[in-house]
Amino acid sequence: MKAVILGGTSGMGRAIAQRLAERGDSVFLLGIGETDLTRSAADLTARHPTQASVGHAELDLEKPEGFSSALDAADSALGGFDTVVVTAALFASQDALEADIELTRRLVTVNYANTVVFCEHVRKRLLSRGGGRLTVFSSVAGDRGRKPVAIYGSAKAGLSCYLEAMDHKYNAAGLSVLCVKPGFVKTGMTAGLKPPPFAGEPVQVARDVVRAMDTRKPVLYTPGMWALVMLVIRWLPRFVMRKINF
Amino acid sequence: MQKLPPPESMLTGWGRLPMPGREILAENLESITRGAVLSRGLGRSYGDSSLPAQASDRVVATRLANRILAFDPKTGVIRVEAGIALAELNRLFMPQGFFSPVTPGTKFVTIGGMVACDVHGKNHHCEGTFGAHVRWLKMRLADDSLIECTPTEHGDLFYGTIGGMGLLGHILEVEFRLHTISSPWVYMESERVHNIDEFLAALGKAAPAWPMTMGWIDCLSRGSSMGRGILMAGRWAKPEEAKAEPPRPAIQKTLPFELPNWALNPLTAKIFNSLYYWQHVSLHAKAVVSPEPFFYPLDAILEWNRGYGSRGFTQYQCVLPRQAGPEAVRAFMKLLVQLGGASPLCVIKDCGPEGKGVLSFPLEGTSIAVDMAVSPEIQRIVDSLNEFVIAAGGRIYLTKDRFTRADHYRAMDPRVDSFLALRETWDPQRRLRSAQSVRLFGDKA
Ligand SMILES: Cc1cc2nc3c(=O)[nH]c(=O)nc-3n(C[C@H](O)[C@H](O)[C@H](O)COP(=O)(O)OP(=O)(O)OC[C@H]3O[C@@H](n4cnc5c(N)ncnc54)[C@H](O)[C@@H]3O)c2cc1C
Ligand SMILES: NC(=O)c1ccc[n+]([C@@H]2O[C@H](COP(=O)([O-])OP(=O)(O)OC[C@H]3O[C@@H](n4cnc5c(N)ncnc54)[C@H](OP(=O)(O)O)[C@@H]3O)[C@@H](O)[C@H]2O)c1
Repeated sequence: MKAVILGGTSGMGRAIAQRLAERGDSVFLLGIGETDLTRSAADLTARHPTQASVGHAELDLEKPEGFSSALDAADSALGGFDTVVVTAALFASQDALEADIELTRRLVTVNYANTVVFCEHVRKRLLSRGGGRLTVFSSVAGDRGRKPVAIYGSAKAGLSCYLEAMDHKYNAAGLSVLCVKPGFVKTGMTAGLKPPPFAGEPVQVARDVVRAMDTRKPVLYTPGMWALVMLVIRWLPRFVMRKINF
Repeated sequence: MQKLPPPESMLTGWGRLPMPGREILAENLESITRGAVLSRGLGRSYGDSSLPAQASDRVVATRLANRILAFDPKTGVIRVEAGIALAELNRLFMPQGFFSPVTPGTKFVTIGGMVACDVHGKNHHCEGTFGAHVRWLKMRLADDSLIECTPTEHGDLFYGTIGGMGLLGHILEVEFRLHTISSPWVYMESERVHNIDEFLAALGKAAPAWPMTMGWIDCLSRGSSMGRGILMAGRWAKPEEAKAEPPRPAIQKTLPFELPNWALNPLTAKIFNSLYYWQHVSLHAKAVVSPEPFFYPLDAILEWNRGYGSRGFTQYQCVLPRQAGPEAVRAFMKLLVQLGGASPLCVIKDCGPEGKGVLSFPLEGTSIAVDMAVSPEIQRIVDSLNEFVIAAGGRIYLTKDRFTRADHYRAMDPRVDSFLALRETWDPQRRLRSAQSVRLFGDKA
């Protein structure tokens, strides 16, 4: 695999990047913060004895004008990538979002609009060379409109829908799209929240995601238990959803 | 955007006695340690070393800071973020022929925690503590400044931090040297030993011949067989002794729920039984084994600490100086059995010379460690053992401790004054603190 990872400096993205680097896949990091990127690149390089020096370029999901040149850098470093993983996103509680319209605008722009724009750049490049893998982190929050993740979840719902359609439309052309729907995972993003039962660890998610990429699955719930949880949630009637706070 | 964890959370050490507190968890230690009063790694210290003095204290959890910043395969020198687990380094570097110069009896510890507790292993008599292999530290101090230190640059801070239980500053990055190993397998010999005197003699005899030694003692045996058990000695297997394939990664089972309080810790019970097994089977055994069961027999079951039930447990570990002689060890074992409350097994190890860490635990002599369930008797038991240790000129290991009284601790470790002087220099307001430092050093609660 020659994988570009957007968000690979932290959380589940870091765990995926480490896993790929450890098995000898080539990796290239995209994200914000030059120092952080450099340190992560050094980490990935050290994780496999024959890993070539891992490259990186800055890419801010709030600045779509930079997407193309960042992908150029990845392409030239890897000699044409065949895989792109996107874990980068913003998170904020529903309370914080309702109190701050500007934050809401930023979050839905980063998590939906600009993520789709980034994926479109990637899709064109991959299709032009006969396909590849596009793995994007959506969320179980996009499976049903729910009170605590109303706005964040709506952006993820849009993203899931886009990814599903991309799979339908381009799978035959060789593009394997994977929509990852993590449940609650113990990362910095959720550090302020009380972990529910079945909370996952980044390493466990990385193992599931890499396996799903290898086997070209289109959708992955991780930890796996969340597939069942969401099945139930999707079937709850509206009057129940109005009552509960989940 | 640092969200505060829910106020109702509880933190515990490995002994599972909870204290109210909240962890701040993120990758970037440089940013989250600002204003923090304590760092904690994987919480494998048994008592209250990694617990906050107050629920509202800013406690940093380092475990997401797990990057390797540099590794030189020519020299083995490695620089890491403090939250990386030893298990991770073992997994990555053992296949390449490198291993930590020192490992404690569990691999689920962070490198930062290994520095802060200046851990020792089966090779203490040859390699000293982990701190002896540390070359450089990057820290955040109590006044929020960042500093780098080495044995020669800010050497006082460096040696105060080694074994300093996080009280002089937050360890952000560590540089040390991995050792090369002759193969990823361990050649091990074990020997049945009939009583404590024989044990001490056998440990003494094994020390010059073997780079790694330790023993399990059956704490239930009394009289002339008091202190019987098994001595284990090992070294990395030579390439021609090693099995052709790499050792298989450990299969880990998790103890899925807390056992009732009356249940015996299933692991000690298991080892205990095998001890009896060995008693009947062989006087002397040799084998080439995987490093996992050799170094980390207790890691085979994750969260085995739930085996002690809701009451929690503690470990008593002390070292008795060589000058006190075998009589002291014999008398200690006798007292331990007499006081009751100890698990059926204890670990014995002869330590080499004291290290340079100001509060580092080991000194030349015999270390004994035993698990104990928490009961209404525990304070009395720990007090009595401590009084014995003071009289014998020994000391206890802070990372295992939860019940020692301040005056006892002072009496057993004259180095406390030098440590407090260091705190005066580097943290005059004593901003950095833990539940343990309140208990033992009289910090503000
Ligand atoms: C089964 C088992 C076997 C063990 N065997 C041994 C053994 O053979 N030899 C031995 O020496 N020890 C042994 N120990 C103890 C263990 O090695 C230490 O407690 C170790 O330090 C725990 O590491 P941790 O990352 O979990 O640290 P924690 O328990 O989280 O913290 C321990 C202390 O280190 C401080 N600390 C941690 N990280 C930092 C940081 N980044 N900066 C500043 N301070 C920090 C904390 O404040 C606290 O005071 C054993 C423990 C267990 C559970
Ligand atoms: N954790 C969960 O429980 C959970 C559940 C469901 C779905 N998810 C989704 O899973 C993915 C990974 O989450 P995580 O928990 O691993 O979180 P994380 O560690 O916070 O990772 C998110 C990453 O996104 C980066 N990022 C934020 N804004 C960016 C921008 N404008 N441009 C580029 N990068 C940006 C962050 O960089 P900085 O750190 O530099 O800001 C960070 O590296 C996210 O898409 C998240 O929505 C998480």
